[in-house]
Amino acid sequence: MNKEKSIIGNIFHKNGRALGSMGYFILLMLVFLIGAPEAWMRPSLHQSVFVMLPTLIFLVIPLVFLVASGEIDLSFASTYAVAAYIFAIMVKTGIDPAIAILAGILTGAIIGAIVGALIVVFRLSSLVASLGMLFLLRGIILLLTESRSITIMEIDTHWTYFALVGNFYGFPMQIFWAAIFVIYCYYLFSKHVFGIHIHHVGDNAVSAEQMGINVKAVKIKAFMFVGIGAAIGGIFTTLITYTFFPTQGFGYLLLALAAVFVGGTPYWGGLGTIVGAIFGVGIIAYMEIGIIAIGWSGTWRQFFNGLIILLALLGHRLHGERVR
Amino acid sequence: MEKIIELKNVTKRFGGITALNKASLHVDQGEVVGLIGDNGAGKSTLIKTLVGVYGPDEGEIVIRGKKVFNWTALKARESGIETVFQDRALCPQQSIVWNIFMGKELRYPFGFVREKEQVKEANRLIREIGFTSKLIDAESPVGNLSGGERQGVAIARAIYNNAELIILDEPTNALSLNETQKVFEFVNNVKKSNRSVLFIGHNIYHVYDISDRFVILDRGEVVHQLNKEEIKSPEELMKLMRDTIKKH
Repeated sequence: MNKEKSIIGNIFHKNGRALGSMGYFILLMLVFLIGAPEAWMRPSLHQSVFVMLPTLIFLVIPLVFLVASGEIDLSFASTYAVAAYIFAIMVKTGIDPAIAILAGILTGAIIGAIVGALIVVFRLSSLVASLGMLFLLRGIILLLTESRSITIMEIDTHWTYFALVGNFYGFPMQIFWAAIFVIYCYYLFSKHVFGIHIHHVGDNAVSAEQMGINVKAVKIKAFMFVGIGAAIGGIFTTLITYTFFPTQGFGYLLLALAAVFVGGTPYWGGLGTIVGAIFGVGIIAYMEIGIIAIGWSGTWRQFFNGLIILLALLGHRLHGERVR
Repeated sequence: MEKIIELKNVTKRFGGITALNKASLHVDQGEVVGLIGDNGAGKSTLIKTLVGVYGPDEGEIVIRGKKVFNWTALKARESGIETVFQDRALCPQQSIVWNIFMGKELRYPFGFVREKEQVKEANRLIREIGFTSKLIDAESPVGNLSGGERQGVAIARAIYNNAELIILDEPTNALSLNETQKVFEFVNNVKKSNRSVLFIGHNIYHVYDISDRFVILDRGEVVHQLNKEEIKSPEELMKLMRDTIKKH
């Protein structure tokens, strides 16, 4: 066998899922480019995608960790709003925004720990328990705010605004933060003990426990990470729009989950890909905006969302069944 | 001789079932102890209690003369006890190297893993225990391996950590003759280096050949503890076991 070829083959074998997602992303781009070249060349289209992209990244990457650990969470879409609410209300009462941001993130971590404890300690199903939390937290938000939004124009002059979502030579700052987050998470997932234990726990929790890994602690940490990611996403959105909406984040629930699976992370645990998830996020974000941009009616959007998700999943099927 | 580990009157219940009833057992330095018993005698429960996977309901666990509390699988491994479990305790979707270092990764500060070092060590280990196929390297997933090779990975993990006591739960199950021979060589090497082995087996002949002392477990109770001098042949050991079972 040609040695060079085998190296390429090896890379493809090890990163098949990530490369698959990249393939779908490129394909989607080509379809749009051929379908509506003028719309595609407009920078404003890409700019609007890039506003949405970072928020999705903060939601989706931690979900990859959680799904790889063999669990699922739906409550993140409400955690997103709770953390943003804590942030907004603290800014409104005159507390330093930097402290308010930390408080919001801490809120996300605490909610994650509670969801994790319900599932790991009280042994509820993660799908059902987090569905309950999804509604419960949203309910709390609606009760507390009486369904009213909060505007925080005063943040405009604070340094945190420029640092987090300001404009840097035409690029929104959140892109840089999201990029740093992605790089950090890539190493955390594949080179750090936490990420490696996530793989072991999701692959075979009994084996992991026998080898001395604290399975419950690893899972609770994964839920906390999802809470933290959701909180960061919620706070960024509130900063960008100067507004907290009580319904904020609900629309991301299914999109974020779709991005995880379209990105090539299988549902059964033990495997996951951060790079694939980035392309998954790209596919979802461009789909949302692209369909409209190429001049099709919004009524087609859900149809194409569904079609692309299913095609991507069928494609990932080629990477094979779960090995036991 | 120093006792590496000792169980004193350990009882373990699962709901209404008493899996272990006041079981006592010890392993001295440099000896090979054979643990035998029929299906359902409680061998695996005994092992899992010994290595902290299960917490005992009653009784004591003593490590090198010191009673331990809140005994966990991690503490057992940190005290130099490694186990090759019956189910091999592997993660089939992960690489050989991740499986070998599972739970005891070589770390830099802040928890990042010394990947290159791990791969180098894993490649050395899988050659050492006789992986001959050139297609297999430390980064192949365990799911691609045969039963014998998977057992090899589980043993490699126990070797790497240089354990004082290695517990082998049904290590020769489903292995070829050649592979079984390798397991025996491995046990003899461990013994030569003055370390200990607790060997659990169905096959009386295997257990007889390799052990210095026998412990017979029946329905959760330790019914016999015998030195090799007291038993002349595997047949005698077999008869003893059969007689115990008949008594019930």
